[in-house]
Amino acid sequence: MSVHEGPSRLNRLRDSRDFRRLGACVFGMLVLALVTGPEGIQGNPTYGVIQSWLRPRVVGFLIAAVVLWALMTFWGRLSGRIRAEVVEVADVGRRLFESRLPRFGTYLLLIVLAVLLPQILSGTWQEITVDQIGTYVLLALGLNVVVGFAGLLDLGYIAFYLIGAYSTAYWSGALPVQPPFDLNPFFIIPFAVLAAMLTGVILGTPTLRLRGDYLAIVTLGFGEIIQIVATNLQGVTGGAEGVIGIRHFSVNLFGVRYAWPVGATANLPYYYLLLGFVVVALVIFHLLEHSRVGRAWTAIREDEVAAAACGINPLKYKIMAFAIGASTSGFAGVLFASKIGFIDPTEFSVQMSILVLILVVFGGQGSLAGALVGAAFIQWGQNFLRVLNVGWYNEQDLYVYLGGLLVVMMIFRPQGVLPSRRRSREIGLAEHGIGTADAMSAGETAP
Amino acid sequence: MCFTQNFWSLLIEGLANGFIYALIALGYTLVYGVLRLINFAHSEVFMSGAFGGLFVLQNLIGSRQPGGLTSVWLVAIGIAGAAAAGGAVAFLLERVAYRPLRRRNAPRLAFLISAIGASYFLYNLAGKEFGRQAINIPAPFTNGTVFTVFGAPVQTYYLVVAAVTIVLLVLLDRVVAKTRLGQGIRSVAQDAETASLMGVNIDRTISLTFVIGGLLGGAAGFLYALPVGAVFTIGFTPGLKAFTAAVLGGIGNVRGAMIGGLLLGVVENLSVACISTSWRDVVAFGILVIVLMFRPTGLFGERLGRSA
Repeated sequence: MSVHEGPSRLNRLRDSRDFRRLGACVFGMLVLALVTGPEGIQGNPTYGVIQSWLRPRVVGFLIAAVVLWALMTFWGRLSGRIRAEVVEVADVGRRLFESRLPRFGTYLLLIVLAVLLPQILSGTWQEITVDQIGTYVLLALGLNVVVGFAGLLDLGYIAFYLIGAYSTAYWSGALPVQPPFDLNPFFIIPFAVLAAMLTGVILGTPTLRLRGDYLAIVTLGFGEIIQIVATNLQGVTGGAEGVIGIRHFSVNLFGVRYAWPVGATANLPYYYLLLGFVVVALVIFHLLEHSRVGRAWTAIREDEVAAAACGINPLKYKIMAFAIGASTSGFAGVLFASKIGFIDPTEFSVQMSILVLILVVFGGQGSLAGALVGAAFIQWGQNFLRVLNVGWYNEQDLYVYLGGLLVVMMIFRPQGVLPSRRRSREIGLAEHGIGTADAMSAGETAP
Repeated sequence: MCFTQNFWSLLIEGLANGFIYALIALGYTLVYGVLRLINFAHSEVFMSGAFGGLFVLQNLIGSRQPGGLTSVWLVAIGIAGAAAAGGAVAFLLERVAYRPLRRRNAPRLAFLISAIGASYFLYNLAGKEFGRQAINIPAPFTNGTVFTVFGAPVQTYYLVVAAVTIVLLVLLDRVVAKTRLGQGIRSVAQDAETASLMGVNIDRTISLTFVIGGLLGGAAGFLYALPVGAVFTIGFTPGLKAFTAAVLGGIGNVRGAMIGGLLLGVVENLSVACISTSWRDVVAFGILVIVLMFRPTGLFGERLGRSA
């Protein structure tokens, strides 16, 4: 830019906000055109790009880009009044939800729906509801404690799921190594959850002292290590071929006898078991959030130094969150292993940890409703698209969409779709230089 | 000791891997220096370098069998193509996944999540566009034993890796130490706010830091993919290992990253002889976990913003 003559007309246009925004819209839509375009061909790298960009369909995307730009630009300028009205309507809904009676009514309605809904689903969808939606809702609730409540990034979350699943296999005698005594199948759950929790504490105690991004890398490395270990230790874990014949879940205690079935009829009984545990987890995590522990987490997130000065031991509460997350994950692993009856190491990839992270971030970190709805929605949508078999969606491209979604969420709505009010306020404050909104800055030298 | 038998050949192979790790590790360390953030998507910069080099060579070589001076040119052009691809991806990455967040002064957690999203987006997009099987890179030179060290053969490939890496490392070291850009990078690493008061354009410096890291990472991707072929998932493991190398040398410390890379490559490879190939990655990640637990500042300490 020339200093003496002032910016030229072209430069002014280039630097203007609207123009930049138009550029961003066009860029975004071109990327979307590429993502939804046809699959490339091995050995012909330009095929996919040409088919996506040099065909008439790209015109539609460009028009969409201009429309999006116009909406973004004129929405802010013209519609202050309309916006105020929309906000007011949304507020009425929120206030209604905040008063006690309608809120409990809604909860009750949701539970009744959750109980009745699977009865009318087809077998395929019952299976999806248990294996894909229910399990992941439980996983997301657990990770929400780590990422949302404590503000830590755990990228090896599925490692604890693996530990839960392999502990189940161990105690039911399906592994090459035999358990020391025959355990009542009902007690597999506490034993496996304890194993996952202990691993979490052992891994967390030294690493949680570090800067938060190191925790992310260590957990990532740990997730990778544990998968390789499960593959390599053939004599202990059964190796890459996996483990078969894991005992299904059953109760035989105080005269109560019930065995969860296997095979096609297993879906509904496991669904209700899972539903029960999801509700229990929701209640516990809700109480936890509003307890002394939850307030300590909030304090650490907002300002760790101040929290420590007020007598909170940050390490203790971080380990606690990490252990709670790990045990929830391990617990989901128990249910998974005992329902399917077969596990192999490839099912516990780092990619799955990232998927759970996406579910939590999409719904809203720190928001129980967000984790619940976010997980259910993404998992439902993903399976819906797969079952529907639409032309533009290829199952293998799932992570192109989810990865892109994560970036878009971080740019436009970091607090998630159904944010916790406290958390989104924190993020807003952090952006104005007050507090940190995560527990990731510990050990950072002052700038 | 268990590794005495093949010590020299393992050492040579380890050094070659170490050179590549060092190149990638520099990308982590440079970005960490200016942003105080781990660039989780750097492994995808590496991956795009592998594809960039592949496409350049595919068009140049075809089915011929090059040799002599042509080989030298082909390697140079392949490296240039790979570095260009890496630099371009790194530039876009900073623009899309980092800059909007930086403008808003977003929490650190948001940066990490955004980078993870970008990483998954990029490598799966590469899988979608270029196919999901590994593609062999047409050989720009005939690989063979050039000379032997204590009976261990030194292959042409290792020499190419060493030569390219040393040239790039020296170049980078000079750029960071001597040029105005290097001065800018160091001043932003030391204190971004003051640097901007002194007339350093922070946005531009950060952008160029990403590009420099991307150029090196892209070149490393090409070198890494030469014997094994390019595939969309190629970035993850070397990326994590190079991060280990950067931490081992002290993150933010440019020379530390170089030494850390070599050290990790050698240690990891010698462990192959003692344990087995299938535990190689566990050794590398184990080193990462142990270093972070017991000496998070690395062997040579963090040196943010000091002269190289």
